[in-house]
Amino acid sequence: MTAVPVLETRSFSVNGRDVAVTAPEDASLLAALRHDLDLKGTRVGCTEGYCGACTVLVDGRPVQSCNTPLWAAAGKAITTIEGLAQGDVLGPVQEAFLIEQAAQCGYCTNGMIMTVTGLLMQNPPATKHEIVEVLDERHICRCGAQPRILRAIDRAIAVIGGRK
Amino acid sequence: MTDLPSNLKSNPLLSRWLTVDEADTITIRSGKVELGQGIATAMAAIAAAELGVPVERIRVENTDTLRAPEEGWTAGSFSVEHGGAAMRFACALVRELFAEAAAARLGGSAGELSVEDGVFRRPGANEGLGYHQLRGAVDLERMAGDLPAPKLRGGTVDRPGFSRIDLRGKLTGPGFIQDMALPGMAWGRVLRPDHPKDRLATLDVAAVKARPGVIAVVVDGGFAGVVAERDDLAAAAVEFARKRATWTRTAALPPMGEANAWMEGVPKNSTTFLADEGEAAPAAFRHEADYSRPYIAHASVGPSTAVARWDGDAVEVWSHSQGIYPLRKGLAKALRVDLEKVTVRHAHGSGCYGQNGADDVALDAALLARAAGRPVMVQWSRADELSWSPFGAPMRVHLSGAVAADGTITEWAHEVWSPPHLARPGFGDGVNLLAAWHLAEPHAPSAPNDAPRPQGGGDRNSVPLYKVGKRRLTHHVLPERPLHTSAMRGLGAHCNVFAIESFLDELAAQAGIDPVEFRIRHLEDPRAIAVIRAAAAAAGWDPKDAGGEGTGRGIGFARYKNSGAYYACVATVSVEEKVRVLKVQGAVDAGAIVHRDGVLNQVEGGVVQAASWTLKEEVRWSDAGFGVRSWADYPLLSFSETPVIETVIVEDPSAPSLGAGECAAGPVAAAIANAVAHALGVRVRHMPLTHERIAAAIEAA
Repeated sequence: MTAVPVLETRSFSVNGRDVAVTAPEDASLLAALRHDLDLKGTRVGCTEGYCGACTVLVDGRPVQSCNTPLWAAAGKAITTIEGLAQGDVLGPVQEAFLIEQAAQCGYCTNGMIMTVTGLLMQNPPATKHEIVEVLDERHICRCGAQPRILRAIDRAIAVIGGRK
Repeated sequence: MTDLPSNLKSNPLLSRWLTVDEADTITIRSGKVELGQGIATAMAAIAAAELGVPVERIRVENTDTLRAPEEGWTAGSFSVEHGGAAMRFACALVRELFAEAAAARLGGSAGELSVEDGVFRRPGANEGLGYHQLRGAVDLERMAGDLPAPKLRGGTVDRPGFSRIDLRGKLTGPGFIQDMALPGMAWGRVLRPDHPKDRLATLDVAAVKARPGVIAVVVDGGFAGVVAERDDLAAAAVEFARKRATWTRTAALPPMGEANAWMEGVPKNSTTFLADEGEAAPAAFRHEADYSRPYIAHASVGPSTAVARWDGDAVEVWSHSQGIYPLRKGLAKALRVDLEKVTVRHAHGSGCYGQNGADDVALDAALLARAAGRPVMVQWSRADELSWSPFGAPMRVHLSGAVAADGTITEWAHEVWSPPHLARPGFGDGVNLLAAWHLAEPHAPSAPNDAPRPQGGGDRNSVPLYKVGKRRLTHHVLPERPLHTSAMRGLGAHCNVFAIESFLDELAAQAGIDPVEFRIRHLEDPRAIAVIRAAAAAAGWDPKDAGGEGTGRGIGFARYKNSGAYYACVATVSVEEKVRVLKVQGAVDAGAIVHRDGVLNQVEGGVVQAASWTLKEEVRWSDAGFGVRSWADYPLLSFSETPVIETVIVEDPSAPSLGAGECAAGPVAAAIANAVAHALGVRVRHMPLTHERIAAAIEAA
């Protein structure tokens, strides 16, 4: 006899839109985004908080969604990769990664774009050194796109710095 | 009969390669699949150039076994060389058929028409006819060999800013197999043990079945899995099942020992496959040394994933496999169904550098979907990814040689010990799919043979490209390995080139000759010499640089498989507590370039991955089983450890195009080791080049 999961409903906003998700009580934010909200630009990686492929912004701060319980997202503003572009205009970090072709498979990339976006949107924006420290700690690229990713960060810093 | 490229000869029907769409696009199908290496973009560039169509109007269809050309595995750096050559030829044939149809309507002869922007025109005419306007007049159900040989336009649509056709989509939303959803799809997970020799003994099925969201619990001999309404519930149910399972240990693992010492105690099949006759010239000195590399984990960032959907006794499987046709055969055997009942469709996965878990999870999904009676997606856990994916094979190499008084190498003997580097589905007579071995009615894997020469597996790149006098080459295949092995980027080339290029530096040092000069003296191939000179020039190589004081530079070179791309590089390192690679300045010759940034990206990725293997990576095990269960157990080269990489492309546009994804592995490993020796005056011959090994080498000096 299969048990019915205990469900909980949590309300929060995703990319500026208010949502309510009813999911198993211990569901992660990652599962809610991908499974319940069909926002699959946030990637499923290790689901253990190491690789960073699932990174999103929670109230503007980069957070690994795999080890963020959904209850912890209640009432918060979530931004995913789908929320960075305005129509055809990509977010500045997203654009920098694309211009530098800073990926091979592109699987880990969206998480990095979210982390770099979050760190450059904070006040004051993070320095390159600070960004690289966070990438070392919380992101993994196996294809070896690191040189291009570092160039994309330089480009994003220049573009965002130039706008201020 | 027209002489065709090999992959077109085996897939001669033109309609398999491309379709001219009503909407003024052209859909191409290649048997070479996108693995994150950018092959779809290269194929689009080749097709666009040969058809005379803007690349934006080329659609690259995901390959499937219903229609796409059967081109084996996407492996061995053959995709541009073989798959690209076939695509180019097929497109040229199609262009000529359309030119004839255009000439019939526009007047004149096909030969005097031009085709630009997808439009055929008479000389000087403004008006013309596009491919899509002629599609009704051309029959592509034609055999390539029946048509006259086409004129190849050659070239590419590459230009500054030409970029990957798939990245924008992936960097803005879904794009991978993990993002698929079929109507009614459920999620499956498989229960696998923590020790490679454990087999499931008992499982409390009723308790697992009662977990939230569980639809089915499947036990078939030693294979066990769960299907649930959500992936997170399936994962939770499997972790619950792990606590309700008992296991039988079928064998113990040998102690690892230092530098693959376990290899001494296992059986081996030995072949001396090259032994020159005659007497060697007199030697001034002799030298010998041992080298090794450990097991390397595949370590893809995304979980191995597959989707399966049954309709009666027929099954459709979506997979990020390197070889959908060989996988189809393996699945049919494993599932005991007729081949025509199995369709495999390729879907993009995360970075793939050889055989990861893609094929194995495809069988998992087919088994769970059959039992559950629903379409099922299966994803592997991180622990299973790092322990049950096939590993890159460990190797030991022994080199001995002799050098004459004038600095000429007169004798060379290379012995390599390694488990097989190839165990893909479709290789050999057995079933090379993990779950198949554990079913109640199990299938046997193929006999553990290595990849055949000339490409080779453990012996890949063991024959030196250099003139080395009297040669003797011996390959010891170790069929009984503690952990399962299959293809990983470069196969044996990584450690063989590491050994050869380290040993050359050792001989050069004893002979008192600069390492760059020493290599060039022993080479005849002008392309080999050109990349070595280009790398040395890029790095400002100074033969008088004595090194020492913790900084050094070293060179490495190889022609991948002795038939693929040439790559040479100079690594600059600093050595304090650990080795830090500061710069890798290299030169690559991959023949005519199809996509310049694609070549650079593949070489750069190869450099970073090789540096990571060489400095940091080692799969360990213990009596308790797998030693790598999470990323914490297996650190990769980090962002701050990434060297500055400069790559010069040495291009001969008239030379055939070659793949560039694997050429860097061996040369980078050797260049780092040679730079460490230059920095410290002592040599480390076993990978990874850890602090402990460096300290031991200094101690021993």
